[in-house]
Amino acid sequence: MRRLHLVPYNTTINFMGFRYITFMIAAVIAVGSLGGLLTRGLNYGVDFRGGFILEVRMPDTPHVPDLRDRLSGLKIGEVAIQQFGTERDLIIKVERQEGNEDAQENAIEKIKTTLGAGVDYRKIDTVGPKVGSELVRNGLKAVAFALAAMLIYIALRFEWQFAICAILALGHDCIAILGLFSLFPFEFNETAIIAILITAGYSINDTIVIFDRIRENITKYKKLTLPELINKSLNETLSRTTLTATTTLLALLALYFFGGKVISTFSLPIIIGILIGSFSSICLAAPLLSYLRLSRYASAEKKTV
Amino acid sequence: MLVIPRWKLWMILGICGLGIVFAAPNLLSPTRLEKMPGWLQNTINLGLELRGGSHLQLEVDLKTVAKEYLTNLLDETRASLRKQQIGYTGLLVDTKANGIPSLTFVLRNPDDADKATQALKSIDNGLAITIQDAKVTAVMNQQTLDQRNQSIIDQSIEVVRRRVDESGTKEPIIQRQGTDRIIVQLPGLDDPAEVKKLIGRTAKMTFRLVDSSVPPIMVSVGSPMPYTPAPLGSEYLEETRHDGQVRYLAVKKQVMVSGEALIDAQATFSHTGQPAVSLKFNSSGARKFADMSAQNIKKQFAIILDDKIISAPVFQDIIHDGNGQISGSFNVKEANDLALLLRAGALPAPLKVIEERTVGPSLGADSIRDGQVATVIAFILVSVFMFLCYSTFGVFADIALIFNLILLFAGLSLLQATLTLPGIAGIALTIGMAVDANVLIYERIKEEIRAGIRPLAAIEAGYRRAMTTIIDSNLTTLIGAVVLFEFGTGPIRGFAVTLALGILISLFTALSLTRLIITLWAKRQKLLTLPL
Repeated sequence: MRRLHLVPYNTTINFMGFRYITFMIAAVIAVGSLGGLLTRGLNYGVDFRGGFILEVRMPDTPHVPDLRDRLSGLKIGEVAIQQFGTERDLIIKVERQEGNEDAQENAIEKIKTTLGAGVDYRKIDTVGPKVGSELVRNGLKAVAFALAAMLIYIALRFEWQFAICAILALGHDCIAILGLFSLFPFEFNETAIIAILITAGYSINDTIVIFDRIRENITKYKKLTLPELINKSLNETLSRTTLTATTTLLALLALYFFGGKVISTFSLPIIIGILIGSFSSICLAAPLLSYLRLSRYASAEKKTV
Repeated sequence: MLVIPRWKLWMILGICGLGIVFAAPNLLSPTRLEKMPGWLQNTINLGLELRGGSHLQLEVDLKTVAKEYLTNLLDETRASLRKQQIGYTGLLVDTKANGIPSLTFVLRNPDDADKATQALKSIDNGLAITIQDAKVTAVMNQQTLDQRNQSIIDQSIEVVRRRVDESGTKEPIIQRQGTDRIIVQLPGLDDPAEVKKLIGRTAKMTFRLVDSSVPPIMVSVGSPMPYTPAPLGSEYLEETRHDGQVRYLAVKKQVMVSGEALIDAQATFSHTGQPAVSLKFNSSGARKFADMSAQNIKKQFAIILDDKIISAPVFQDIIHDGNGQISGSFNVKEANDLALLLRAGALPAPLKVIEERTVGPSLGADSIRDGQVATVIAFILVSVFMFLCYSTFGVFADIALIFNLILLFAGLSLLQATLTLPGIAGIALTIGMAVDANVLIYERIKEEIRAGIRPLAAIEAGYRRAMTTIIDSNLTTLIGAVVLFEFGTGPIRGFAVTLALGILISLFTALSLTRLIITLWAKRQKLLTLPL
């Protein structure tokens, strides 16, 4: 039986040769994302700012502009309505009301009266402004600690140079994902942090597999120059890198297309994140190594000269 | 070379078998599940967003309590300073300075500093006192504050639990979060207004003396109290009497006994046969209540719940043993209501609902169905892909994948983990990433074969060489997961558990299970080439 070969086994792609192009691409992604973050900020949801979200299923297809007018007439501040899934499903977002609990309840009651009878309230979230920001801040803190711990492990198991390159690639991924959340209408909330985590975790995994091969080849091929060695290692692991990325993406695509609206919005940033993570492992983390003198390599070089 | 010891074989098969056994309860209906032995009843809990229900996050207002604590010291401070002839002005409880409540006053004579410190220390040893330019500032020291806060939170949780139980909600989850939060999860509830009212009723109970120097003010129902300044140290509070009449009584601000001291309240009958409510205090409360009644015999006191007087009886006797009885002009129902009100208990601190999430049952059901469909499709896609890439070896990886999922479900069930929406996504994602270890091994085996090594030796070498990579990459992720669990909260923690479990299981399936299958398979074949 013929088997599927995503990548022929003896590729000799000169990754190091076009590293300037890929560095440029990475720089554009990073600068663009940073620019987006600085100018537009993150699209914090109700989770962060405080307010409430109603997810409703109307009895009939509603006329959204009309509904928007009627809800805006309630004087409960800015009301955002969007269709979500089917035409009958709406998400209504309202900013936090001045005053205490009762003020929030009143606003929800007003909306319920306006929407009328026969509405299925599928979800009602009310969040105080403090809670969400705390969640996100604590989440980001946990992520930062986790990444730091992983990098320490890399520095111990490999050389510090590897950890530096991993940091740079990982930083690139995180900025890129954050940029994604700033440039596209994805809401930044706690689920978004999990998306960042998955991306970062995947990317570091990918990077380690490649680094591991470089470490092995350093002692195996003492006559190769560092760029040649990195190239060889990248080509040797390319098949695995693509295969694992493919299986992961297959699972994510299943989530995206069949997982329902909530899971679907959650998986899209991860899909992009996996692509970015694979790119940064191959085109950023590994080639960057050539700029740092690896000590073991240096010693091997000395012997051969 | 390719030898797997017998004990190892049985261990691998045993783990897989246990996985099936512990994952199976998830497939049973609730009624069937009840008939199973206890150790087989562990299933994965569905998170609120999946089963429908309400999630409330409450904030315990610790600052108010600290302020109140100091306010209660004011009278004693006043008396003590006067007794020791220490001149002072402006004695008050200040909350403005950097948000920490403090008791402050200014000494007329700065030389009295030491005496003032002594006086305050003798009132309350838990005070931290600073004196600057004759201004004395006393705050609760950190240790006292921490201890008190801890007990306040514990007690609040207890009261909330009692109230939620009272509302009849099934399987509520009530737990502490952070330093001053309580999480309440109410499965199956799609309108939490009732429970919120019950919990949020900032029922704070105090026993205070009625200021008899001024008469009560009667008002007709619905009209506000005419402006009347209360005597110093007192305030007017509303009392709705049994007959519906509303009056305002001047009540001393000083709390004689706080509601926490009340252990029990029951409707009963007095010795004259009238409906009454019996009160039972804890030991320190009993002592205070005895003092209070001894000094104020035949005087009126007030039981205050949420700034409203719920009862204003008169001390008929000295109450020695902490067992008091309120009797008077009420019928049996009113006595019952009052007892319930007293019993449902005082919250030691005001609670505020700062987050509320309610998911209706229809959305939860949709999410579960979509999640299942997506997981199955992900599994099929990955399985087919693996088969296309590695044929027979791909099938081995797929068998490992099936056990991966089974063991994941078994592990989550044993931990009684809560499955959330990102959790479902996590499981589907595990499917994609679990094959990674196998991919690494297979790619290595292929490399060995290309290098001209014989099939069996290639398998052996493939496993050996992929080992460091697999260990390094998985250990890194595992370290990340542990740190996330340690520092994360809520969904992030849940994600960390799924991630860690997924890693350990995929290590087992790739390094043990597929290896076993391949070994058993290879022994029966005359391997000239590998179907890879």
